[in-house]
Amino acid sequence: MVRNDGLDNLAPSTYERAKDRETTAEELDDSIEDEIDAREIFDHLRSINDPEHPLTLEELNVIDKNHITVDPEQMMIRVDFRPTIPHCSMATLIGLAIRVQLLRRLPPTFKVDVRILPGTHVSEVAINKQLDDKERVAAALENSHLLQVVNRCLVPR
Amino acid sequence: MKMSKLSDLEGHEDRVWNVAWNPSGTILASCGGDKSIRLWGLEGGSWVCKSVLLDGHQRTVRGVSWSPCGRYLASSSFDGTTCIWRRQDDTFESCATLEGHENEVKACGWSPSGRFLATCSRDKTVWIWEVGEDEEFECASVQTCHSQDVKKVLWHPDRDELASASYDNTIRFFCEEVDDWQCYCTLDKHASTVWGLSFGPGPEPQLASCAADGSVYVWGTKGDRRSWELCGTLERHPRPVYDVSWCRTRGFLATACGDNAVRVFVKDGGDCSWRLGCTLTQAHSQDVNSVSWSPTGGLLASAGDDGYVRLWQID
Repeated sequence: MVRNDGLDNLAPSTYERAKDRETTAEELDDSIEDEIDAREIFDHLRSINDPEHPLTLEELNVIDKNHITVDPEQMMIRVDFRPTIPHCSMATLIGLAIRVQLLRRLPPTFKVDVRILPGTHVSEVAINKQLDDKERVAAALENSHLLQVVNRCLVPR
Repeated sequence: MKMSKLSDLEGHEDRVWNVAWNPSGTILASCGGDKSIRLWGLEGGSWVCKSVLLDGHQRTVRGVSWSPCGRYLASSSFDGTTCIWRRQDDTFESCATLEGHENEVKACGWSPSGRFLATCSRDKTVWIWEVGEDEEFECASVQTCHSQDVKKVLWHPDRDELASASYDNTIRFFCEEVDDWQCYCTLDKHASTVWGLSFGPGPEPQLASCAADGSVYVWGTKGDRRSWELCGTLERHPRPVYDVSWCRTRGFLATACGDNAVRVFVKDGGDCSWRLGCTLTQAHSQDVNSVSWSPTGGLLASAGDDGYVRLWQID
């Protein structure tokens, strides 16, 4: 029997995980500076936990490498994520977790834009606007309850 | 036109959100994510930190504003309160705390007569406080016409009339009627959050506004001084514009942008056409949150996410 405890998406589809990145000889050479690429950003984000399922954003196909763009010259990173269902109430929280992870993992000089993948959520405009508003993000991160919820998503299981 | 860096003011331990000059241009106040307010002044020919106000707020200090007499400084905070500080030479003492907003207070501002202080909040309201004798503040009005987070409040430089800017993409104007304050005009041409406002020089000053989509607009009145309309557009910026400052002595318009640059625009002949005078690329190593021209002219202060306050001068 299906247990209904208020989950948005009772039975999300799951996807296969990507193989670990193969380290090349160049990358092991400390004298060569490696530019940040989409795969590296993906690796920072793949293990983020979904707020309600014991699965990662990678396993739920919320993020994938093809929807991450990196412009090393302009120091700009854009992550488009795909909520599991078009009315997912957790979409803002997931976007916030992605943003916080990149805030903590990357040099502060990077410009990070986190967006809903176009056409995948009924409220994408409103959610994008909230995620874009750095003042509201800053205020949210001063809220200890919300910070706890975000941190739970970020601690690897 | 050429601008060059005069000073790096180092001391904040987190992003700096806002800078404000006292009316005589001798003290610059800054505030930020480290919950502190810093006051900078000239000492032996260089700008130094004169004092740090640490005990006023429990969370980020988002905005600061000086009273027109220069004796008081107001600070608004994510902790939901606004503090009033009384100046005595180089020391500042907290003399009142204004409570009432349901959550983060985003900005504060004194009216030109010194009779009123306005505050605005994520709770979507604008509060107008009447400044009584004996440093008492009484709420005179709560305005609820914005439908979202209110980012900025700014008084007209000569009249006790107020402008506010919001996450609901609008700018609104308020004036005092017989027995209450009311919203008399709404500007809804911006297509995203309006972050900053600044009035220009002249007897009937225009208003500049900047928004999250990189747009910067200039508004003015003709004939009826309460009918505001769009009268100029500046070049679109590549990232959000978080603040705008219009120099009242020289007419330059400075913008603070999320692409780390400070830009200075000058009027190009006619009343409504603007051209870029200069760009300070990498004015900060991260987003620029605030710009402010000194009241005496020539000096521009900027503040950024990199924790620095910087002073620039026109050569």
